[in-house]
Amino acid sequence: MDDLLREFVTETNESLDVVDVELVRFEQDPNNAKILDNIFRLVHTIKGTCGFLGLPRLEALAHAAETLMGKFRDGAPASSEAVTLILTTIDRIKAILESLEREQREPEGGDSDLISDLEHMVERVGSGGAQAEPQHTVGTLTPQVLERPLRLDEDSLDDLERAFRQTTVEPPATKSAKTADAAVKDDEAAKSANQSIRVTVDTLEHLMTMVSELVLTRNQLLEIVRRHEESEFKTPLQRLSNVTAELQEGVMKTRMQPIGNAWQKLPRIVRDLSNELGKQIELEMQGAETELDRQVLDLIKDPLTHMVRNSADHGLETVEQRRAASKPATGRIRLSAYQEGGHIIIQIADDGRGLDTVRIKAKAVAQGLVSEADVEKLSESQIHKFIFTPGFSTAAKVTNVSGRGVGMDVVRNNIDQIGGTIDVKSVAGAGLSFTIKIPLTLAIVAALIVEASGHRFAIPQLSVVELVRARAGSEHRIERIKDTRVLRLRDKLLPLIGLSHLLGLKKDAADIDGGFIVVTQVGSQTFGIVVDGVFHTEEIVVKPMSSKLRHIAMFSGNTILGDGSVIMIIDPNGVVQAFGSTMVSQFSATEMEGSEYTASGEGTTSLLVFRAGSAQPKAVPLSLITRLEEIDAHRIELSNGRHMIQYRGHLMPLISMSEDVRVKGEGAQPLLVFSDGSRSMALVVDEIIDIVEDNLDIQVRSETPGVLGSAVIRGQATEIIDVGHFLPLAFEDWFRRKEQQVQNSPRNVLLIDDSPFFLNMLTPVLQAAGYAVTAVGSAQDALAMLRDGRAFDVAITDIEMPEMSGFQFAEAVRGDPRIAELPVIALSSVVSAEAIERGRQAGFHDYVAKFDRQGLIAALKEQTDIGHAA
Amino acid sequence: MSKTADHSLHEYVTAVIGGQLFGLPILRVQDVFTPERLTQVPLAPHEIAGVLNLRGRIVTLIDMRHRLGLGQREEDHPAMAIGVESRGESYGLLIDSVGEVLKLDDLACEPNPSNLDPCLASVSTGIYRLDGQLLMVLDVDRVLDIVEKAAAA
Repeated sequence: MDDLLREFVTETNESLDVVDVELVRFEQDPNNAKILDNIFRLVHTIKGTCGFLGLPRLEALAHAAETLMGKFRDGAPASSEAVTLILTTIDRIKAILESLEREQREPEGGDSDLISDLEHMVERVGSGGAQAEPQHTVGTLTPQVLERPLRLDEDSLDDLERAFRQTTVEPPATKSAKTADAAVKDDEAAKSANQSIRVTVDTLEHLMTMVSELVLTRNQLLEIVRRHEESEFKTPLQRLSNVTAELQEGVMKTRMQPIGNAWQKLPRIVRDLSNELGKQIELEMQGAETELDRQVLDLIKDPLTHMVRNSADHGLETVEQRRAASKPATGRIRLSAYQEGGHIIIQIADDGRGLDTVRIKAKAVAQGLVSEADVEKLSESQIHKFIFTPGFSTAAKVTNVSGRGVGMDVVRNNIDQIGGTIDVKSVAGAGLSFTIKIPLTLAIVAALIVEASGHRFAIPQLSVVELVRARAGSEHRIERIKDTRVLRLRDKLLPLIGLSHLLGLKKDAADIDGGFIVVTQVGSQTFGIVVDGVFHTEEIVVKPMSSKLRHIAMFSGNTILGDGSVIMIIDPNGVVQAFGSTMVSQFSATEMEGSEYTASGEGTTSLLVFRAGSAQPKAVPLSLITRLEEIDAHRIELSNGRHMIQYRGHLMPLISMSEDVRVKGEGAQPLLVFSDGSRSMALVVDEIIDIVEDNLDIQVRSETPGVLGSAVIRGQATEIIDVGHFLPLAFEDWFRRKEQQVQNSPRNVLLIDDSPFFLNMLTPVLQAAGYAVTAVGSAQDALAMLRDGRAFDVAITDIEMPEMSGFQFAEAVRGDPRIAELPVIALSSVVSAEAIERGRQAGFHDYVAKFDRQGLIAALKEQTDIGHAA
Repeated sequence: MSKTADHSLHEYVTAVIGGQLFGLPILRVQDVFTPERLTQVPLAPHEIAGVLNLRGRIVTLIDMRHRLGLGQREEDHPAMAIGVESRGESYGLLIDSVGEVLKLDDLACEPNPSNLDPCLASVSTGIYRLDGQLLMVLDVDRVLDIVEKAAAA
């Protein structure tokens, strides 16, 4: 009985969640018989099961709700009032279920209030469908006895049902009805059982632990075999290694759940809020199928709900206010989720009034978070970040819904806990959007292994921005201001802290003049951790700290490395705290925005410098590379005359840069991995030299395929590689695949950039995506072309250009009635809220970061589709 | 204290820490091992010698000399560790050397003398008078418990 009941509760709760969502959908789309059928079926199943288990209260409620829904099904109009009533009933059912789960029996009390309401509603919505209803109440004989005292008009219904039963052929009504019902249920159950089974979370957790152990053991074995040159274990171990990797992936997958599970309750919440607040709200959800580790999912569920409530409550305006602001009466909240690399990006955006910068400012000053003088120096986006401060709420009045001052700080805490980040962008009057970036899984993470005072530590790669080698006399040198040390990095000062000093391994903080600096970012704060050495990156299995050590804020866990030793995992959040908030905050006041950070390198590009084939260094923009890998040459397999490796469960082709670059047969093979959607290819190189930040100015064009030309990087002539050339070598249909996705007739794109490099790089990319590209080197030329009457579907323009900037270009386009309709997409290395706002005013339709190829293609697709649809 | 049947014998694993003989109830002892590749944990309480990987489990090693206030360990002396478990976590108690397993009668156990060092008294459940030396019975949970408090402070 216990198991049966538990299963019933789980199953029913799941069904009810679906009913919730479906009902809200049904209310908006009352003519959709399919939705109604679905709801009806679910409620009916619940009712049937209750009868079977002898749960009279639940059954009576479900029965009454079903009767009302029967009316809808027979064509009665679904009023909001009626839907509310059903939703209330479902809430009551949920409450009963809860106590059922706790106490193993239905709680005392009756539901005559709700049931009579429901029955009144049934009468009100018309009597047209009374005949149809009993069909669906087969097997409810037992409860009818129990229902009797609860019902007002029992006679008519009872008689009706009895009459119906008498017409059934089989005389032993109770039994046959029950078995029939059970049979139907079994059938359904069997159907779903074929596709899925229910497993307890504990089982999965245990499996995950075992797999983690296996991964560790595998790593250890690999380490041992690596030491013995010729070993017969090599081949079977290779196989074991592959199987382990696959197993790990498989088990990780079982922990994944679609994010839609966390969203399920939102439509209902939004609906109730819109009734309560008298606003019209539309909730749009995209990417509900995006999967997340369930541990992560649990932690973001509440923050998401909270943020949606916030948007509905203070983000969106009332209908009158919206009309006055000439916005559509219905406010929109958009939730979207998608995967990007090892992260999931979740966005919550509304088209409401945005954050009230003035009020936040006043509040921040009032709470003493910042002085009055300083607050004026802060940019809007810096001010907006104050909403994450504990106890900060700008809601003028505390409503039922939100504004109690516990809010965004809690959200941020939860997201911090899972190693995620949250960012806010707000445009006054136009809306507010939050972007949450969270790691896919917590159990296995990539970490950088570093050394400090002879001890090794792991730093999660998620928070590592870059590595800098500091040497006295070099461009990146450590400077000191009294006792604190800072790094001069691209004209900015980065506060530094020595890991040895931080961990008390070395008393004296003085001698950090050399060594490696791990530039780390936590939330909006960037700082450098000075370490003595950097080894490599490794996928580590995070194990919780012993309870005796958990109080050390500096560590988030520990792990066993491939060589069998245990090392501590540094918690960057803990480091920030230990930093003494003063130094970081000084820094963050001037250097808060990650995006502004890139802006500081204006005109420069991060380049990966490597050697392949010749002694001359080669370079490729870092942003085009998905990952750098160093793999064991033994893992390279030869298949169909091509080099391949098994990489994350797929075969990844290896492409040599030229004839001179040989795939190694022995030792470690460095690879540059490029990914696009689900596909990856790797470029074989001899040696990865460095990552540099420099002006990319191609001075000598190249005739060699695969090479764009030569540029001076770090004072040395360097070949700039054309990635677009190599991608089709890996997959012949690399670009064609995309073409098919786009459209048949190519759209005309006007591409404007003063940098020939970008023109060269983007043109093939856009062509490959199925666009006809006209590349122009200046905005004036582009404008002249447009005024000449050349037809384009969309223009993409750089912002920073001599003579005529992208902003001016957009304004000129908007100002000319002949071409004012042309969508213009801005392409810029500066992506900050202000820049985007400025762009909006100038008349850009979209704003994309340079090098964000996928973003650009998406923006293009959107703009051209709009253009064609209109 | 552990179950006291009328006339019951309990087995103890004996260990020498700082010259003193101690006994640990054998039921609590998982294994005895030689600690290898010990990783020190910066900022950890002094009693914690470090962590190590014992057959895929991360074991927290407790320096019993420190824990019991019995002075510094001699660096050159190879140490042993007694593996115990508490609340699902693995610990190793770092000792100087491990001795034989003794079967002792509960009735022979005497309470701690009142002038015993409070640090020792807090972790000991009683004393046995053996031939030529005294054996102190350690309560594993109390040994581990106080570390936590020290850590929290």
